[in-house]
Amino acid sequence: MKETPLSNCERRFLLRAIEEKKRLDGRQTYDYRNIKITFGTDYGCCIVELGKTRVLGQVSCELVSPKLNRATEGILFFNLELSQMAAPAFEPGRQSDLLVKLNRLLERCLRNSKCIDTESLCVVAGEKVWQIRVDLHLLNHDGNIIDAASIAAIVALCHFRRPDVSVQGDEVTLYTPEERDPVPLSIHHMPICVSFAFFQQGTYLLVDPNEREERVMDGLLVIAMNKHREICTIQSSGGIMLLKDQVLRCSKIAGVKVLEITELIQKALENDQKVRKEGGKFGFAESIASQRITAFKMEKAPIDTSDVEEKAEEIIAEAEPPSEVVSKPVLWTPGTAQIGEGIENSWGDLEDSEKEEDDEGGSDEAIILDSIKMDTREVSNIGSQDAPIVLSDSEEEEMIILEPDKNPKKIRTQTISAKQEKAPSKKPVKKRKKKRAAN
Amino acid sequence: MAGLELLSDQGYRVDGRRAGELRKIQARMGVFAQADGSAYIEQGNTKALAVVYGPHEIRGSRARALPDRALVNCQYSSATFSTGERKRRPHGDRKSCEMGLQLRQTFEAAILTQLHPRSQIDIYVQVSRQQLSAWGGRGMGWGLGVRGQEPDTLMPLVGACWTPGYPCGTSCAWWPQLALALLPASGQLALLEMDARLHEDHLEQVLEAAARAARDVHTLLDRVVRQHVREASILLGD
Repeated sequence: MKETPLSNCERRFLLRAIEEKKRLDGRQTYDYRNIKITFGTDYGCCIVELGKTRVLGQVSCELVSPKLNRATEGILFFNLELSQMAAPAFEPGRQSDLLVKLNRLLERCLRNSKCIDTESLCVVAGEKVWQIRVDLHLLNHDGNIIDAASIAAIVALCHFRRPDVSVQGDEVTLYTPEERDPVPLSIHHMPICVSFAFFQQGTYLLVDPNEREERVMDGLLVIAMNKHREICTIQSSGGIMLLKDQVLRCSKIAGVKVLEITELIQKALENDQKVRKEGGKFGFAESIASQRITAFKMEKAPIDTSDVEEKAEEIIAEAEPPSEVVSKPVLWTPGTAQIGEGIENSWGDLEDSEKEEDDEGGSDEAIILDSIKMDTREVSNIGSQDAPIVLSDSEEEEMIILEPDKNPKKIRTQTISAKQEKAPSKKPVKKRKKKRAAN
Repeated sequence: MAGLELLSDQGYRVDGRRAGELRKIQARMGVFAQADGSAYIEQGNTKALAVVYGPHEIRGSRARALPDRALVNCQYSSATFSTGERKRRPHGDRKSCEMGLQLRQTFEAAILTQLHPRSQIDIYVQVSRQQLSAWGGRGMGWGLGVRGQEPDTLMPLVGACWTPGYPCGTSCAWWPQLALALLPASGQLALLEMDARLHEDHLEQVLEAAARAARDVHTLLDRVVRQHVREASILLGD
């Protein structure tokens, strides 16, 4: 499905709000959305929710032969998939640019930064090494996929346990989880990506843009750091022009954010560890069930409304008085009055359109006809003297006007655009024929 | 690669350069007669070719045409024999796609696309030999190629890139590398990319060094472009 385009007024609204340092969900400029981490029953499976953006991460391992030029190192493989359930715009064939960008960024962030010790994944040098595969699936897209994906990846890797292996001489024994407890991977540090969205040619910046903000942003800067304040990856995208001090400022903000997120991750991992050890229930069934139907309940952002009254009064006081509306009722006959003139009929201004004729008495006609736009000046007042109207001849149709006390008159009329006159009338008004559509 | 030192005790790298020195850059323009603009660049042992076509009508689906700007299309390909080990996929793999995307981003920032609405500019880069910093070769090749084609439609840019000097040999993915594309006139970064771990405190120095290098490369390439234009105008008898 093609993505629904963002309307201009929504775009303007978002940009104006950002200029006034306001975000739609009530966050501050540097605030992250709520991060929620839940683990599955298997080791290495987790779901990370960043606001409404949801990413599922799963780690699996396999014994394979190593790459020829790196015989003593294990293999790390990352794969992020944009599932079609995440957004209507994601289709199997269509997402390549975004997908390539996200995948490469994740790879660089996690592989090149050496967060996992690949040498420890070696079992028999040159023959058998562990291949660790991290599969990430985007389940719901509400902006900032890269942050959620990087958190999911590192959490899944920290959570994962690989089977224990022992090597004696030439013999390699692979123990099942029942025989020996699986062993965690050796992780040096946890790189987390922080995204900065830029607006208005770099004047305004927001951390953790949601989907709407991503649509109106000029570009994105992603900085991946770990809690030791080491930058693992920087990537600017979207064609924004950055200044050096902007980059430095962003890196400082990223440092602070990464610390908070790393703490959260540690806590989540510890909790899960504790629950498993104590034999309690763990897994998705436990954590997702607690949300029930309110899985997407919006938490109301607290808004300060103390000065709303004053503001409203100010606005009223400064507003201009409403424009004068002329609405003197005109009394035609007892029982017939006219207020205002109604809206002009704008159907088919240039083309043939329906003509409505009111078949009232003389003075009515005069007033009414004055308000009818005429194509030619040949139309005289209808029924002013009961004389038939002489009109020009293009595309005429016969029109029969019924008058209760007269014979039906056949009048040739030219279609003209007429103002709808809704003067109440007891006479049967007219029978009109629709003009055939002229090109 | 453990035990290989980047800088010797006297501060020299493996190939005899100091830390802040770039390799020798040689560039030539107008290499292909067929294309609207072309350039060849050599930086040390890294050799790259860039070719520019356009602005021309949008190929393929007309729906992609932008009503107010030109579409920039970049393809990056590195030959299978370009590195020490034979590469299996010259183009279409993720790294090449990513390179294409990033270079498109750089050149969309640099080219005055508003001058050519509803048209398309194609940029093709082929790296025939890379000794690491293939980034440098690519970026500069493109900068030159586009310049050669229509100098008036470009803001003065050279996409110049920088990596902390590497010795020859295999790609060392674990040393930090920073690549940036700088518009020298305004000092703005059109592209910023970094890999591997670098402590935040060093970021400023690295950015500074990279910006300095980019400006140096820009001066050099600017000279090449002017030389070429002078020769061309002499030949045309201006």
